[in-house]
Amino acid sequence: MNATALSIENVDKFYGPVDHGVHAVKQLNMDVMKGEIIALLGSSGCGKTSTLRMIAGFEPVSRGTISVAGRQVQTLAPVRRNVAMAFEGYSLYPPLTVRENIAFALKAAKLSQNVVEEKVASIAKLLEIEDILGRYPSSISGGQQQRASLGRALIREADLHLLDEPMGQLEPQLRAVLRGRIKHYIKERGLTAILVTHDQTEANALADRIAVMEGGVLQQFDTPQMIKERPANLFTGTFVGEPPMNVFEASVSGTEGRVAFGLEDGIRLEYPAADFSHAVRDALMKRKNVVLGIRPYSVRRSADGVTGRVAVNQWLGDQTHIAADFAGGTMVLVEHDRTNLEIGQPIGIRLDPGSLHVFDSESGMAISHGEELA
Amino acid sequence: METTSPVERLLRGVALTLVVVFFMFPIVWIFLMSFQTNETILRIPPSVVFSPTLENYAALITGKLQTASGTLDIAFMRNLGNSVLLSVASVAVALLLGVPAAYAFARHKFKGSEDIAFTLLSFRFAPPLLVLLPLTQYFQWLGLSNTYFGLIWIYQLICLPLILWIVRGYFEDISADVEYAYRIAGHSWFSTFRKIALPLAGPGIAAAGLLAFIFAWNNFVFALVLASADKQPVTVGALAFVTASGIQYGQIAAAIVLSITPTLALALYAQRYLVEGLSLGAVKG
Repeated sequence: MNATALSIENVDKFYGPVDHGVHAVKQLNMDVMKGEIIALLGSSGCGKTSTLRMIAGFEPVSRGTISVAGRQVQTLAPVRRNVAMAFEGYSLYPPLTVRENIAFALKAAKLSQNVVEEKVASIAKLLEIEDILGRYPSSISGGQQQRASLGRALIREADLHLLDEPMGQLEPQLRAVLRGRIKHYIKERGLTAILVTHDQTEANALADRIAVMEGGVLQQFDTPQMIKERPANLFTGTFVGEPPMNVFEASVSGTEGRVAFGLEDGIRLEYPAADFSHAVRDALMKRKNVVLGIRPYSVRRSADGVTGRVAVNQWLGDQTHIAADFAGGTMVLVEHDRTNLEIGQPIGIRLDPGSLHVFDSESGMAISHGEELA
Repeated sequence: METTSPVERLLRGVALTLVVVFFMFPIVWIFLMSFQTNETILRIPPSVVFSPTLENYAALITGKLQTASGTLDIAFMRNLGNSVLLSVASVAVALLLGVPAAYAFARHKFKGSEDIAFTLLSFRFAPPLLVLLPLTQYFQWLGLSNTYFGLIWIYQLICLPLILWIVRGYFEDISADVEYAYRIAGHSWFSTFRKIALPLAGPGIAAAGLLAFIFAWNNFVFALVLASADKQPVTVGALAFVTASGIQYGQIAAAIVLSITPTLALALYAQRYLVEGLSLGAVKG
């Protein structure tokens, strides 16, 4: 069970001449175990789709090796890699019906007609497209095409299933239902899936591990929980999480028994030294400037806290988002109850040391999460 | 569906009729001329009332041209045959070479690919007369002058760029991912080209082929210089009607009717492809 399904080693991707063209993927290393679901998460142009297409064989690998199920595949044609893929643009064959499109990949596997029909019926039920099996791609909606395309990929027995933004076109309700079903389907069959998405909810819901990419560099590759609780750097910290993490530049100063952070507008956060471990204190004292991060859910209101001024107060039906002018920037707080704060009203803000993420101001690398060293 | 008032529809009808009359009148007039003798054609004022004669067609088909100064042999039917042969063969060769090339240019960006594609296109806008003189010399050295092979070769200057650029635009319109999806399901790139790309680009290829056929059919100057009487197409052969004793308008008209019939029939048959293919391919290409 613990075999490596995919191994990416030192992979670089250049569009244009190697070392001179656009460097889309930089020194990527990644191992995926059989049966895992991995999400490549990042904004547009971060290299996630390039990575997927290199695995599939649609883009040549500029440097490095890619192994699927223990075989090096980077020089093989797509047909010989034994991977299945669902495309962002659906890419159904226009002259074939949805049923034929889905069954298409099974034809090569030479299964009996009965088995093929059974499989198509079961995947169509899963994706709720039974009623459009006889239709042609041009006559169905984008969401239906996307599900057909997803079905065409999931029905195959391949070493690796590559899913490029597989649910982008679906309605939110259906998306939530299908996420659960698809995850169950993949897990039940022990398939290995690599999912490309810019939707962190999707990544969190589906993936066992998330690979956060930015600027062609893998920023962090860990479980959703670890990425949320222990972001490796400022990018991951601010990219993952909704609303995003609050960040403020701060100068560090320490006296015997106190750790203090000086923020803009003369705001000073002071904590007893005992709130941080020895190692964290040492790491902080070595630096003059750091970046403080705190998740909106962890910010508390307190009369004896530092002062901010309410700029926005939004009730979203199940939670309140409060944005306060604070230390030259904006501090966002999330609360579960409705509040009657007026715009412009001062509020006291408390930042618990246990919820603070501290990042190096130059490299952006995490120094500490709460009282522990990163 | 937008609704239009009766007045608007009437005006639109009138405008369309005017356009149709303007463009179709010469063809109708030539059609009428082809059933008249030189005398009725040249009378003043002209009239649409005449007793039709099949003389002109008979003369063309038998190859005997009656003029005031005697009987002339003309090779019109042979010219017509040459036109068919040259056009069909040129388009076939151009499709065979141009469609795979168009696919390559559409799908693979390689060093200098744009330059090569543009060079091929530039054949279309260089005036033929510019290259004719050196070509004549080369053809004589190579022993290609006055051969079908040589003419079909030189007709590629007309057909190949046209097909290449129209079909290329068409291939570019097909999502590459559709082909990738086919390839990842276990097919080679060649079978992808045959089973996915070719059928999807079908209308574009048909339109490009048709257009290339018409251009090849209408070519005059290459065949005039590079071929002698027995290899010449109708466009050049029609010169024979300008005789010492005058111009045989009736026969010219009959010859025109016969020579535009194949292209017209083809164009009418493939009209749908033509519009679809040109509006998609040419605009993008």
